[in-house]
Amino acid sequence: MLPVRSFRAAITNLLASLAGIIAIAPIYLLFANALKTQSDANSMSPEPPLSLQWSNFATVIDQGNLVIAFLNSALYAFGSTILGVLVAALAAYVLARRRTRWHQILYLSLIMGIALPTNYVTLTKVMQMTGMINTQIGMIVLYAAMQLPFNVFLIYAFIGTVPRELDEAAYLDGASPIRTFRSVILPILTPVLVTCGILNILNVWSDFINPLYFLNNSDNWPMTLSVYNFFSQGTSFSGAGGSNWALVSADVVLSILPVIIIYIIAQRWILSGLGSGAVKG
Amino acid sequence: MRRAYPTWFAAGALALYVVFILLPSLFGLGFAFTDWNSYSSEVNWVGLDNFATIFDPNGTYFGAIENTVIFTVATIAIKTVIALGLAVLLTSGVRRFAYLYRALIYLPAVLPMVAVGIVFKSVLNPDTGMLNLALRSAGLGFLAQQWLTDISLALWSVIGVDTWKGVGYIMVILIAGVVAIPRDYYEAASIDGATGWQAFRYITLPLLRPVLAVTTVLNLLYGLRVFDIVYVLTNGGPGYATSTVYTTVFDSFGLGQWGVATALSSVFVVVGLALSFVVVRLMRPSEVD
Repeated sequence: MLPVRSFRAAITNLLASLAGIIAIAPIYLLFANALKTQSDANSMSPEPPLSLQWSNFATVIDQGNLVIAFLNSALYAFGSTILGVLVAALAAYVLARRRTRWHQILYLSLIMGIALPTNYVTLTKVMQMTGMINTQIGMIVLYAAMQLPFNVFLIYAFIGTVPRELDEAAYLDGASPIRTFRSVILPILTPVLVTCGILNILNVWSDFINPLYFLNNSDNWPMTLSVYNFFSQGTSFSGAGGSNWALVSADVVLSILPVIIIYIIAQRWILSGLGSGAVKG
Repeated sequence: MRRAYPTWFAAGALALYVVFILLPSLFGLGFAFTDWNSYSSEVNWVGLDNFATIFDPNGTYFGAIENTVIFTVATIAIKTVIALGLAVLLTSGVRRFAYLYRALIYLPAVLPMVAVGIVFKSVLNPDTGMLNLALRSAGLGFLAQQWLTDISLALWSVIGVDTWKGVGYIMVILIAGVVAIPRDYYEAASIDGATGWQAFRYITLPLLRPVLAVTTVLNLLYGLRVFDIVYVLTNGGPGYATSTVYTTVFDSFGLGQWGVATALSSVFVVVGLALSFVVVRLMRPSEVD
């Protein structure tokens, strides 16, 4: 009995570590090659760097305009998340508490947005009409709107587990609706708001298609667009085989470092939040 | 009591939703029947012309729809099977480091797709890429391929890269589902002499059905919208071999053919909505309890 069991345990552990290695191997490649010289990084080989070229990072920060791009990404991610989560929480709260037919219809129409693919052609028109195209505030508002359906869905489900008596008591004690929401409901919602917030920030940070459509001024570009631009210019300008993979890697590493850091700090929220949302829903 | 919950609390959300999500979709349904383009300010009604262009079986639009369907079906199947295997592995087989493995396998899911595309551009390079190098050094050189430039292979390479990135996300959701299944069922089954496979087939799988419905819908909605990874890896090429609905809309948009692009998007809006409705219904737990 024992040898069979330990054999099975060995196989399962082997499979699991193999999956883990496959998952991080390409990320390792990026970090290793970001620190090599241009000629050593030519083939993006897995060997560790011979001497650490920290100057690669300084070079790409300078050439790739990464400081502005980083600030733009941070502005879009945090701005849209604060706006989107707050607006979603307010809506989810009244829609979950008022159970009339009209409120149900409003809720369902909002949720429908999760499945609705974006029509970028007409959205461009709307962005022009509202003066939001090519502006930073426009990106913040657009991202807030796009995250809204999923935020409302998660927060609405959470509010269903919060006893009504809490807000009713506050209201009967004379607190205004806004005050009730701010001092009684918001604190209770903290876990779900944090989950929404983290997922929003990660989504917006990684987004590529919206800036591609709506931002033509490179001063407003987020990390994803400036990294892609750096990469495609690098390959086209230096001819066949001449692209500088050391600098491209350094550039990509700097763009993914923030999400990796957020992930390491918030992994428990992310891994458990995702699952519980889907299993309950 | 209703005055404690004023409906205007929802006004901000509704305004954002109507202007940036509902309005473009509704506009789209109207403009889909016009010759709206960048060359003239006049917009004329053209009836079903745009749809005839899109559904012309020899046209590039139809090819893009086909590729999108292949991509979506393939990624749903592959990601679900691998994620299910990993979820079972990490909840019952592996004891040590199970959480670490889970965190590592999920990691690619948080990375920007653009970054992933750039790395795999190098990994899949036929001459210097790590994949072909690894195959050659393992004596499997005959398996080395022109991953991104071979017409019959490129779409599958894109599918492979997308699976690498997305499988952890599905796995994490399935793990939550597996963990939620009461242990008693497995204990009872093992007392009755059920094998590991039988326990999986008759307990895990049926009880996981609602969660599998969720992951299928998530994969479906994602697959139909695929854009970033194709744009970075192949930009729809070679030829139109990997063009998808969203890359084609982007190209038509760039060419100023707004009417056709809108028609394609609108077909998409309708299909996306209908499909997720059907899938949710199909996979709703029925006889199993």
